[in-house]
Amino acid sequence: MWDYTKKVQDHFRHPRNVGNIPDANAVGEVGNMVCGDALKLYLKVDEKTRKILDAKFETFGCASAIASSSALTEVVKGMTLEEAAKVTNQQIADYLGGLPEEKMHCSVMGMEALEAAIKSYGAGGKPVTHEEPEGKVICKCFGVTEEKIRKTVAENRLRTVADVTNFTKAGGGCGKCRGEIQRILDDMLGNKPSAAPPKAFSQLTMVRKIHAVEEALAREIAPNLLADGGSIELVDIQGSVIKVRLAGMCRSCPSSGVTLKSFVEKKLRELLDPAITVEQAE
Amino acid sequence: MKEIYMDNNATSRVADEVVEAMLPFFGEKYGNASSMHEFGGQVQRHINKARESVAQLLGAADPGEIIFTSCGTESDNTALFSALRSYPERRHIVTTRVEHPAVLNTTRYLQSQGYQATYLAVDGEGMIDLEELRSAVTENTAVVSIMHANNETGVIFPVEKAAEIAAARGAVFHTDAVQSAGKLPLDLKRSNIDMLSLSGHKLHAPKGIGALYVRKGTRFVPFMMGGHQEHGRRAGTENAPYIVGLGKACELARKNVETENTAVKALRDRLEKELLSRISNAKVNGGKSPRLPNTANISFEFVEGEAILLMLSDLGIAASSGSACTSGSLEPSHVLRAMGVPFTFAHGSIRFSLSVYNTAAEADFVLGKIPAIIERLRRISPFGKNGKRPQEAGVCREN
Repeated sequence: MWDYTKKVQDHFRHPRNVGNIPDANAVGEVGNMVCGDALKLYLKVDEKTRKILDAKFETFGCASAIASSSALTEVVKGMTLEEAAKVTNQQIADYLGGLPEEKMHCSVMGMEALEAAIKSYGAGGKPVTHEEPEGKVICKCFGVTEEKIRKTVAENRLRTVADVTNFTKAGGGCGKCRGEIQRILDDMLGNKPSAAPPKAFSQLTMVRKIHAVEEALAREIAPNLLADGGSIELVDIQGSVIKVRLAGMCRSCPSSGVTLKSFVEKKLRELLDPAITVEQAE
Repeated sequence: MKEIYMDNNATSRVADEVVEAMLPFFGEKYGNASSMHEFGGQVQRHINKARESVAQLLGAADPGEIIFTSCGTESDNTALFSALRSYPERRHIVTTRVEHPAVLNTTRYLQSQGYQATYLAVDGEGMIDLEELRSAVTENTAVVSIMHANNETGVIFPVEKAAEIAAARGAVFHTDAVQSAGKLPLDLKRSNIDMLSLSGHKLHAPKGIGALYVRKGTRFVPFMMGGHQEHGRRAGTENAPYIVGLGKACELARKNVETENTAVKALRDRLEKELLSRISNAKVNGGKSPRLPNTANISFEFVEGEAILLMLSDLGIAASSGSACTSGSLEPSHVLRAMGVPFTFAHGSIRFSLSVYNTAAEADFVLGKIPAIIERLRRISPFGKNGKRPQEAGVCREN
């Protein structure tokens, strides 16, 4: 069960401002039923003062999505559109006394609906659907672009892939894009890709590849295997696929498959290139 | 507030009789079953009795075919690894897309270790196709692992027939019967099932105890290495209190199989029928397949499962959901997706799983409360106004 604050529970059980505003002059929509959450925000804005006189919502989603929507309407009521434009997802979460990390995307959804509604006001009140920032789609499961990831990382000072998933859902489906998210984080945070050599392994000539692998095996890997009575030899390199043969005690060891992946491959990735795959030579 | 527990596929209440049977083994009967003295020997005799009780529930030919483990997951892991290690020349696993993670994730791991795997599809009613199985099993297949009944939908797979197909190719057949044991009559001695996993806490024994049936003559390599316990098939000091508890639970389950299929089934059927008649845009997942008598998986369109569960929980009603927000991932249940249940229905799926402890009054209470909850959430939802369904457009899609 989620550890929801009292305030989240209260806004879920007794959501404020549910429903629509028939004469709304700003309507923002975000999400869809397929994704698992969706929010439609209605605002009544005073045309002279640009103050938000009333705000209502309709939400499809879990308890924290409903609570975040309710909080959003309470936060923006009485603000001018200019003030509302500065509302962040963190403000929505703070209003609720915090959200579980895994649910932060609910507050992001609230902020996006608000952005769309403000655009809608500028477009004469015609409903505006939030659109993902243009750019390369990183997470194909949830259609999250690189721009959105960068924006959310910057605004919320995120540091890990798990953070990015919690706030944007990116990486929360099949998980294939997690490496790419890490690269975006590395780029933004100025991390160096972990101890990789200046030139990518895949771009080295064959002779240099063999040298690099042989040296890594001899220095970092063979001594460990030797401790268990095993040894290892390089058989072939095809692109980033390194074929090796485990010998000695390793050959009859039932966990040699595990050794290969969890030790040899991990070590070579660390030392040479994260793209390396290690296989047992036939 | 009275607790109404309708989440028995998650875990079940430990029967009073089971607790009572276990207590002496926390107290005066603390001997080690493997010891040479009578102090331990008497414990061994109680373990043997429990073994007989498990064997009887499963219709096993010999109590010696039962190995006690720590849980259903350990039994599943043991079965898969044993089959692969027993037939090292065979490198292929056949299972289904809707298995419990104990089999699914273990198979995925084995794939990463160089084994091949085939995941059988299911149709819209959650059923596998035996013809697909027939063409999937080859001379290279070491093990076929197909669950007896699905934990989310309760759909029952024809494991006896599947076992014949596996046997014809010399593959080991394993079934995860964690949900079905005690709910469906089993007669293993008349089947080709080589291995079967069961879990104590789904049939009113405590958590932390399971069993693996290994048919006599089936090649076996232990998963846990160490001492000679369980005839060298599962090392580790026998967990006597829990083994005795499981034995007692199996004894009770044997008596209750009929009640499960009459009274519990009637309660479930009424729950389903009434909910569907009182609530629009609702459907039973897997409803047209043979199913466990206790399980109802119902989707309510336009609303989200976690919100329903929390409102139920406020009323003391315990159920579960296949929605993304409760699945621990951001996507809805792998079972419902494999069945092709539209996302709009999958997010609003609720599973009620009953037991012999549920009463008609409880079902009435639940029936009285759910329509208002769904209506309240639908009023909040932007979808389904005037019964209209939004287009299933959007970027979320299955891979």
